[in-house]
This record gives sequence, structure tokens and C-alpha cells, in this order.
Amino acid sequence: MGATAEHNHAHGHDSHGHAHHHEESFVSKYIFSQDHKMISKQFLITAIFMGIIAVMLSIFFRLQLGWPGESFGILNFFLGDKWAPDGVLNGNAYLAMVTIHGTIMVFFVLTGGLSGTFANLLIPLQIGARDMASGFLNMLSFWFFLASSIIMVASLFVEGGAASGGWTVYPPLSALPQAMPGSGTGMTLWLLSMVLFVASSLLGGLNYIVTIVNLRTKGMKMTRMPLTMWALLVTAILGVLSFPVLVSAVVLLLMDRGFGTAFYLSDIFIEGQALDVTGGSPLLYQHLFWFLGHPEVYIVLLPALGISSEVISTNARKPIFGYKAMVGSILAIGFLSFIVWGHHMYVTGMNPFIGSVFVFTTLLIAIPSAVKAFNYITTLWQGNIRFTPAMLFSIGLVSTFVTGGLTGIILADSALDVNVHDTYFVVAHFHIVMGMSAIFGMLAGVYHWFPKMFGRMMNTKLGYAHFWLTLICGYGVFFPMHFVGMAGAPRRYYSYSEFEFLDWVMDLNPIISTFAIVGGAAQILFLFNFFHSIFYGQVSVQNPWGSNTLEWTTPVKHVHGNWPGAIPEVHRWAYDYSNPEHEEDFVPQVVPLKTGEHGH
Amino acid sequence: MKLLILLVGVLAIIAIAQLTKVYELTRSMRKTREEDISPADNKLQANLMLVWMFLFFAGVIYLYSAYGDYLPEAASVHGAQVDSLMSINIWMITIVFFIVNFLLFYFSYKYYFRKDRKARFFAHDNRLEMIWTLVPGVTMAFIIVYGLITWNNMTGPASADAIQIEVYSKQFGWIVRYPGDNKTFGSATYNLIDPSTNPLGMVTRENIQEKVDAIDEQIESLKKEIEANAKLPIWPDSYLESQQEKLYRLSRDKQRILDLNETKNPTTGLSEWEAGADDKIINTEMHVPVGKEVEFIFRSQDVIHSAYMPHFRAQMNTVPGVPTRFKMTPTITTAEMRNKLGNDEFDYILLCNKVCGVSHYNMKIKVIVEDEKDYIAWLEKQKTYVAPAEKEESSPTTDSTTVTTIVVPNNKVVAENK
Repeated sequence: MGATAEHNHAHGHDSHGHAHHHEESFVSKYIFSQDHKMISKQFLITAIFMGIIAVMLSIFFRLQLGWPGESFGILNFFLGDKWAPDGVLNGNAYLAMVTIHGTIMVFFVLTGGLSGTFANLLIPLQIGARDMASGFLNMLSFWFFLASSIIMVASLFVEGGAASGGWTVYPPLSALPQAMPGSGTGMTLWLLSMVLFVASSLLGGLNYIVTIVNLRTKGMKMTRMPLTMWALLVTAILGVLSFPVLVSAVVLLLMDRGFGTAFYLSDIFIEGQALDVTGGSPLLYQHLFWFLGHPEVYIVLLPALGISSEVISTNARKPIFGYKAMVGSILAIGFLSFIVWGHHMYVTGMNPFIGSVFVFTTLLIAIPSAVKAFNYITTLWQGNIRFTPAMLFSIGLVSTFVTGGLTGIILADSALDVNVHDTYFVVAHFHIVMGMSAIFGMLAGVYHWFPKMFGRMMNTKLGYAHFWLTLICGYGVFFPMHFVGMAGAPRRYYSYSEFEFLDWVMDLNPIISTFAIVGGAAQILFLFNFFHSIFYGQVSVQNPWGSNTLEWTTPVKHVHGNWPGAIPEVHRWAYDYSNPEHEEDFVPQVVPLKTGEHGH
Repeated sequence: MKLLILLVGVLAIIAIAQLTKVYELTRSMRKTREEDISPADNKLQANLMLVWMFLFFAGVIYLYSAYGDYLPEAASVHGAQVDSLMSINIWMITIVFFIVNFLLFYFSYKYYFRKDRKARFFAHDNRLEMIWTLVPGVTMAFIIVYGLITWNNMTGPASADAIQIEVYSKQFGWIVRYPGDNKTFGSATYNLIDPSTNPLGMVTRENIQEKVDAIDEQIESLKKEIEANAKLPIWPDSYLESQQEKLYRLSRDKQRILDLNETKNPTTGLSEWEAGADDKIINTEMHVPVGKEVEFIFRSQDVIHSAYMPHFRAQMNTVPGVPTRFKMTPTITTAEMRNKLGNDEFDYILLCNKVCGVSHYNMKIKVIVEDEKDYIAWLEKQKTYVAPAEKEESSPTTDSTTVTTIVVPNNKVVAENK
């Protein structure tokens, strides 16, 4: 069933067969590359640079929140006299930092960076394909991504500053340049960047789906695919179905801003002037935005869960527990994620009855999520765990996924959401469940597949230090925020000094900020390790982790077309670790079944 | 200072580089591979898992004990229900949090790699998986049902005798309006807003007239300027265009005002252009009576704001063009709450909880809960929108030359509510 036409591959191989004999030019190899492995590196490195910017922005605003009004030379150094006069971040710059931090992290690091890197790297390698279905579209996907990244970063430098209405950019605030300086040119650039970003996502996503569905090697049934493939497949489907809705929301917003339409605007008096526009509804934008926005959470999370499934199973030397249940819960989460967007809108004035429907659907997601968490833990049980840095990050991911997911139960409950909506409780929740988990998944992926990407090993000891500092600081930043939020502190406040009833929890803020700064600085360990190892790391062996999946059957030195010879045939699932019928504690997928062995 | 920071950063990186070099040299001397995790390393990481778990739990327990009383007891009827729902939820998730994190870190610690051992080949177990599908399922069913009962209580229609209060938001402040003795809000439109004299855009015939007059005046002078420029062109084309654009906009503004229709309140049958005369508009504080149901009607002038009253567990967005509602019954007066907290300065507060611009963090209004008697006495003292005593005394001051289709009765003096 799963076997796709072998002659296609043979054909594909022929055409590539010659390609990797002659040297490619620098431009076609490193810049306008159509090779999925190179494109994945391009995505990763772009995302790392975007991540550095986003982390720096967060440190800037954490300085203000930790020690409001205090002067920091570093702020003035980076932001200049306009945004940080005398070393104190000003209010508009603060909102711009918050907004762009969120945007970059959600879209550029955890969507583009995570899916772009690992879907590109792993899909052809793990299903046994020469390359993506369309190398050209894949290349376009990266270049759209790069262009949108550049525009987003450039928007930080325009007069008036970058978009400042929060990463959700709700109109009318984002639609009216009069409302705040950030709603001027900065906002236009934000929207343009988003349109390009969505184009990138769609080109990538369609490619991923087509490749997984059509280009699996002989024997690679859907039910034999590694869980990373399932996760990336469902992620791509979510993206393809929901990103166009974001584009429509964004285009309508552009029209409201520039062409006098009134999709989102009505009855507005601002800056001493009553506006012409009537009849629109700001709630329409929120519906459109969250119709993407909620699946987006899982677009961010599922690849991380897929990566950690692979890493945990490999390093526990144990099959992933409940493969079918894992696939089922990925599918269930994917489906449910489309019918829960309203839980972001309980207090927007949406009909309370509709709210109750969303309470129901949202809380259902807890069930497949619980299945996943327990399956991970059972996979560790009686395993033989090798603590590679990737494994540490994956274990960290399970912890943050559970810890952050649990508070989701409170936020999903409309009656409870009323009092914690838009407070730091929400900030704590999504940073743990989606931010930390997805970042941990991404870092686990980088540590695990670095040998596959660059043919060299990363330094393990630095990886250990990086993990522990990141875990401690991550929880140190976000766990206390629950309490700040429960005490009633709204998010996106420049300072809390105006509210006496919050004074007593505000002594947590300097602690949170300290953890944020140390945690941010700890990433230097990773950056150093990453870039140093690209050039000077120990040269990798073919299958360093003793892994079953197909990517470790390819040569260490990349070849165009992935396998120098024929594409290997797959005979078993990816999780035959410590199979009692075999001597070794791993059995690669290409090993034929023994006579009498029960296949999967 | 900057130099120092930079220097420290550079030195740190150099230090890491040197350490890495040393490490790599020793590794190549011992001929070990990066992926071969030494038993010592592996054991260390396993132990760290356990150490971390205890630290993590200790930190969490400390936070619960130090910051667990997140807010004073709820000061509203539904707030008390929300709080009990919340504490059940918090208990449940806290228990699950400890159990699952314990299992995760403990298993990680216990099952670290040993050469002489092979992991157990345990691919699935339907019974186990059934358990952890069903148990969360049943728990969720309970949470959903309990949650929705509370939600329905909160969001049902307000009772007929609920006190209505309009809460109006704008960049950056709150204005509250009480409907006065006739229990009917006068209508208001963004078209008539004047930030200093008519911040809510109250619709009265006088306000309409004033606004139309003002616009006409602007149109006249603009037209004159444009005519003058036509005779002796001195404006650049772009400026001329912008002035013509402005002229066009003013005529549209005027037209929208002329298009306003007088409406009658569906329940009281009063004209909403007249009913507003006894409305009371206050922008310094909001008073509500204890033990009475209050229905807030939220409107917004410019962007979305959110009226958040944490002590009452109440929140609702204010949306331009879309009026929203929230009802609650306060149960604890400000004085009682001050007693309970032992804080004479304490005040309930309504604050903005939807990012709305640069002064978002400072957009608040004091809320005072008091006995109904005090509430009525306070309300009595507040000026009505149109001062009743001056009603008869005022003389017609309407400019008779103004061309307008609106019939204007005797002008009334607009009371300024500061």
C-alpha cells in the first residue's frame, strides 16, 4: 500500500545521479539551493538570527518591568535616545518590543524556524525520498520567509517604531495610525511581512504534504512512518487550512488602513475627529485571526512533540509507547484545534452561548494531550536512558507540556477566564506550554540532527550546561508569572506602579527579570556550540545515536539525492528498540524481518 | 559602562572557546566519541534530574505559600462562585502537576543507561491507554459541567430591576453614566463628541444644532479660503487637494449628523433625545450599591479596551460600535473590605486590560461600593447632564440665520461635569 512507484525513484535518481558528480556553483549550492538539506539549514540559521533579536527584545522590556524607570546603559546603547532616553525604555517602544518579540517568536522562530528546518530536513530523509516533491517551490518558500523576516526586522527601524498593538494586532488599534505611533508605517510593514510569511508557509506546507503522501519509499506505509512525519504532516495540513484565513484577515486590515473600507471599523471618534467608517465589526477580525491563531499554537507545538517522540524513543532505547494512540492524538489535536478559536474571545462580547460551545471543545483537547504525556512517561519507564543533550531537552519538553497544559484547563473554562484573561496568568501559560515546549523541541531537534545537517557533532558538555540553565531559567521566568497574573496584573503594562493592590506581587518582577537575563545569556553557550561545531566539531559517524530511522542510512557527507545508490526499502516500523528478538538494542527500518518475526 | 559590558561579553565567549578547546583536546587524546555518553556523565545527569525535581517542587511550594492568596475574597455574588470553581480547578491541576512531573523526573533518574541492561520492549497496552483516556475524559466532563453552570449564572440576562450603568472607554480614561430618575439613557453618538464639552456625544437637539453650526462655520471659512486661492493661486496643488478633501469630509460629517433619527426607548417609551437630560456623567469614580444587581453597558470611543475589575472577578471588553454587557451583584462595601484587609487606603478599581496605546498601563477608575442609602445620596448630589434649575431661565440663543432642517427648541445650558 505505502509503497510508491519505485520506478519514479529510480528515475529521479538517474537525473540526480549525474548531478552530484560535478561541482555545483556557490550560488546554486548555498544561496539559491533547491536541495532540501541546504534549505533546512537556511531556515535554521535565519530562525536563529530572528531568535537572537526576539530574545534581546524580551530582555529590553524585562529590564523595564523588573526595575521600572531605572536607567540602563545597555538600553540606550541599543535603542538610542529616541526609544530609551537616559537609558529608560519609553512607553511606545515598550509596546513595540513586546509586539515584535511575540511576532518573531511565534511566526519566525517557532513556525518558520521549527517547521521549515525540520520538515525540510527530515521529510525526504525519513520517508526515503530523493528530495521534496518540488525543490523549486521549496526554494521559494525559504526566500519568501527570508524576505518577510527582513521586512519584520526593518519595521523596527521606521519612524514611529514597529507595530505596537500586541502580536495579535487587533483593530481598531492597529487600523488607525492616529491611535498610536506604532500603527503607522510599522504596522503596514508588519502586515506586508505577514502576507509574505503566509506565502512561504503555504508553499512549504503544500510541498510537505505532497511529499509525505506521494514519495514514500517501498515498504514505508503510513503506519510505519516515524512520529515526526505524522506530526509534520498534520502541522502542514493545519497550516495550509488556516494560514489563508490569516491572509484574508490581514488583507482586509490593509484595506481598512489604506482604502477606506470598514470591515473592522465602526462608530469611531479619535484624535478629535469622527471617522466616516461605519458598519464593520472589530470582532470579525478576532474571529478570522484566531481561526488561524489557535491552530497556529499546534503548528508550533506538534513538530516539537514529533521531534521529542523520536528523540525520547531513541535515547530511552525503547519503542515509543502506544504508537497508534500517539498518531491518533496528533490527529485528534489537529482536528480539535480548528474548533476552539473562540476560547480567546470569552470576554470580547461574543454571545455567551457560543462561549459555552468553545468551553466544551477546548477542554476536549485535554484528553489527547493527556494521552501523549502519559505515553511519553511510559516510554521512559523501564527504559535504558542515554542522556544526550537532545534527550534532556525532550524530557524538559514533556515537563513544560504538562505544566503549561494544565493551566490551559483554567483558561479554557470561560467562567474562570473572565478573571485571568489577558493577565500574566495567560502569559505564563502559553510561554510554558507553547514557548518553552516548542523551543525545547526545536533545540532537541538541533542537538539530535546536527550530525545529519553538518556532518559534525555538537559539544555534549556545553549542551548539558545549556539545558540546565535554560530549564531553570525558563521555569524561573514563567512559573512565578502565574501568581502575578492571579493577583490581577494585566499583560502589556509598561509599569505596575500605579496600582497599589499589585504592589505585593511586584517583588517577583525583579526575580523574573533576573532569570530572563541569565536564561538569555545562557543561549550564548548554544550559539557558540552551534557555530563552532559547524566548523570544528568532531566529524560524525553515520549513525551516532544508534537510531532506526532512514536518515541515518545516508552518507555523512551530503549528496544530492540523499542516497548514492538505490533508495533503501523499509521492512519494519521505526521503533524496534531493544526488541528481544534481536541482539542489538536497535533494528534499523531497512533490516528485513527475520523469518517468523512479527512485523509492525 | 558600555565598554565594560562588551568586554565581559567578549571575555566570556573567549573563555567558553578556550574551555571547549581543552575539552576537545582531552577527548581526542582519550579517543572518545561525542555521542558516547560516559557512565559518569549519564549518572550525573540522572542525579541532576532528581535534584532538579526537588528544587522545582520546593520553588513551586514556596510560590504557593507566599503568593497563593492571589486576591482578596471575591466582592461579588458570581465572584464567590468563580472562586470556588477556581479552587477546585487549582487543586486538581496542582495534584496532577506534582504526580506527572514526579513520574517524569523520577523515571528519568531511575532508568539511566547501564550497559548490562536492556530496556523493556513495551510497545503498547490497551488497558493502560484506556485508563488514561477515560480518567481525563471523566475529569473534563466534570470540569465542563461545573464550569458551564457557573458561566450560565454569570451571563444570563440581568433582572428587570437591575441598576444600569454605562461605562465608556477612550484613550485614556473611563467615563461612567447613570440614567437618572427616568431610568433611561439618552442616546449618544460618536458624531457629536466634543472632548471638552460633550465627551460621550450625548444627543440633544441643542448639541446637534451646536455641532452643525460649528461645522457650517468651518465649511464657510474653508470655502472662502479656497475661493481666495482660486483668484490668486498661492497654494501648492497638494495642499489645495487636502483642503478640498477636508471640505468634503466636513460635509459628510454634517450629513451624518443630519441623518440622526430620534428614537424612543423600547421599554420606557421616552424619547432618547430628551431622556438624557437627567443622565449623570462622571469621570472620577464609579459608585455602586452593595447587594443590588448592577448591569454594566460598555461602549468605546476609539479602540478596544477592556473593563477589568479583578476584585469582583469581572471583565468585559469595550468595543467601538458594539455595545457589550456584564452584570454583577457587589457583596462587600469598600468600607467593609478596608476593614477586612486592615488597609484604610484600599479601593476597588476598574482598569484597562486590552492594550490600547501608550497610556494603557495607567487607565483606571476608582470603584466605590456602598450602602444603597449612601449610593442614592451620592447620586443625588451629582449634576444632571442638563441642569434642571436653569431649564426655564435659559433664553433662545440660536443663530436664526443658520440654515438647517432641524427644529430647535429653547436652548439649554449644558452642565459641565468635571
